[in-house]
Amino acid sequence: MKNPVGLGQLRKKEERSAWLFSMPALILLFVFLILPFILALGFSFTDQRLIPNLNLPTRFIGLRNYIRLAADSNFHIALRNNFLFVIIVVPLQTSLALCLAMLINRKIQFVNVYRTVFFSPVVTTMVVVAIVWSFLYHPDSGFINKMLNFLSFGKISGISWLNDTFWALPAIIILSIWQGVGFQMIIYLAGLQDIPLELYESSMMDGAGPWKNFVHITLPQLKNTTIFVAVSTTILAFKLFTQVWVLTKGGPQNATITSIVYLYKQGFKQLKVGYAASIAIVFFIIVLLISLIQRHFLKEERSVD
Amino acid sequence: MTKSNLSIRRILLYFLMSILALFFLFPIIFMFVSSLKNNEMQIIRDMSSLRGILPYGDIGVQNYIDVFVHMNFSRFLFNSVLITSLAVFCGLVVNSMIAFALARLRFKGRTIVLSVIVALIIIPNESVVIPLLFIVNFLGWIDSYHVQIIPYIADPFSIFLFYQFFIKLPKSLDEAAMIDGASPSKIFRTIIVPLSKPIIATVAILQGIIRWGDFLWPLMVTRGESFRPLPVAIQQFFSQDPKVWGDIFAFASMITIPLLVLFLFFQKWFVQSVASSGIKS
Repeated sequence: MKNPVGLGQLRKKEERSAWLFSMPALILLFVFLILPFILALGFSFTDQRLIPNLNLPTRFIGLRNYIRLAADSNFHIALRNNFLFVIIVVPLQTSLALCLAMLINRKIQFVNVYRTVFFSPVVTTMVVVAIVWSFLYHPDSGFINKMLNFLSFGKISGISWLNDTFWALPAIIILSIWQGVGFQMIIYLAGLQDIPLELYESSMMDGAGPWKNFVHITLPQLKNTTIFVAVSTTILAFKLFTQVWVLTKGGPQNATITSIVYLYKQGFKQLKVGYAASIAIVFFIIVLLISLIQRHFLKEERSVD
Repeated sequence: MTKSNLSIRRILLYFLMSILALFFLFPIIFMFVSSLKNNEMQIIRDMSSLRGILPYGDIGVQNYIDVFVHMNFSRFLFNSVLITSLAVFCGLVVNSMIAFALARLRFKGRTIVLSVIVALIIIPNESVVIPLLFIVNFLGWIDSYHVQIIPYIADPFSIFLFYQFFIKLPKSLDEAAMIDGASPSKIFRTIIVPLSKPIIATVAILQGIIRWGDFLWPLMVTRGESFRPLPVAIQQFFSQDPKVWGDIFAFASMITIPLLVLFLFFQKWFVQSVASSGIKS
């Protein structure tokens, strides 16, 4: 046994270094994440502006921002677009990611080349993706319109994708899936490789075909992965900003406006920090709810085990 | 019979994968090939057909030269490299340090700090940008390098990834060193860090992709060209009319190629890092 004084001192020393090691991160997190979050909450009850005006001091206005927000048709459209985006992108992107992962989850030649290719859009910067696709979407002579024209024997022509109130959102959805699906594919691939092979072997002996295997083994085994992929895609969909700002700035006629685009316009362009903060809080509550739902599903899964 | 069946299936499989590969590569090849076409008229003519991905005609690097000569590209490139590398490097140091304290040291308040960090993962950057803008405006940081670096050094998710890795390392490693009288910082530097290359690469790659392509924040905090990073610079160039597509594609290629090359070299690490970001579920 060592003497207790030495041990006590050692403990104290350990405690001190633990705090020293934590300090830089804790200070930075407080100043640049926790404080802004508290400020967002506080500002959302005031008419704070970005550049304080001495003649118009900031006032506490209670719930007025939230009441205005509830009646703000621009915000309704933004939320509707976010939800539309989620409803279309999440099932499409998740199932495409699963298909891609199953295609490349086999030991055949060149499979790594395909994996690399499917993943390469993920490392392409979103602003660049948006710009390149805008060229492909060009109304008169863009590649996509020419292709559609050719494939439909001339029936489809001249869709002005990004300037059309109906087609602008689908256009942004397509390029977003193109850019993001490789990421989910890799997560599914990791999930697929975690499934014990014995499960397939014993079901093969029972004479089950590939489709039965997929429904009875693959899908249930991937349940947690699917929840994770669906939830993270949903949250990403709510954060939608970059591609919209580069391509349409929310237009035409608000057809592609999203919560973050609206937040940016209110807070940064119109300098209405208080109002933008109330948008941020509503946005945060939505993201929080989605995360809580995810946690609920995962908990249920664990208690069954 | 079965053998030929199998090979037909295999051919179909490769065919399907190749069609998909074309879908994913097409826009990237289109961009790169167009950037090499010196004649702007040819780019416009080729845009509506598969000639868009064929390098023919007047091929060269004139567009690339134009981008360097006609605008401050080297400055934007320098800005992006500096901001990304400093933010990623400082992030690795700061986030791994607190994760080490949480995973390997005993101190009062450890569980509280840990649960606060985990709770903070949920707060999206987008929901705090406006008050953050207010803070950095108050500090007089607008239009600088540090405004694009310092707020994004500490990252709860990176801390969490480090924490998960450190907690799995055998406890006997640092106990032995502790008995020999090594200080926590020595244990961290000489034992933990050398064992942590996979997680360091993982966090560096994930953060590197995010910082290199970040758009919303630099759009708000940069004014002139001096501190503007590449994504904001190309967006500004892209929104000017008339559009010079050759130059735009050369610019876009030069944003994409550095990451694409890094990706090709460190593929295994990229794939691992993405896979481990999903494991947290």
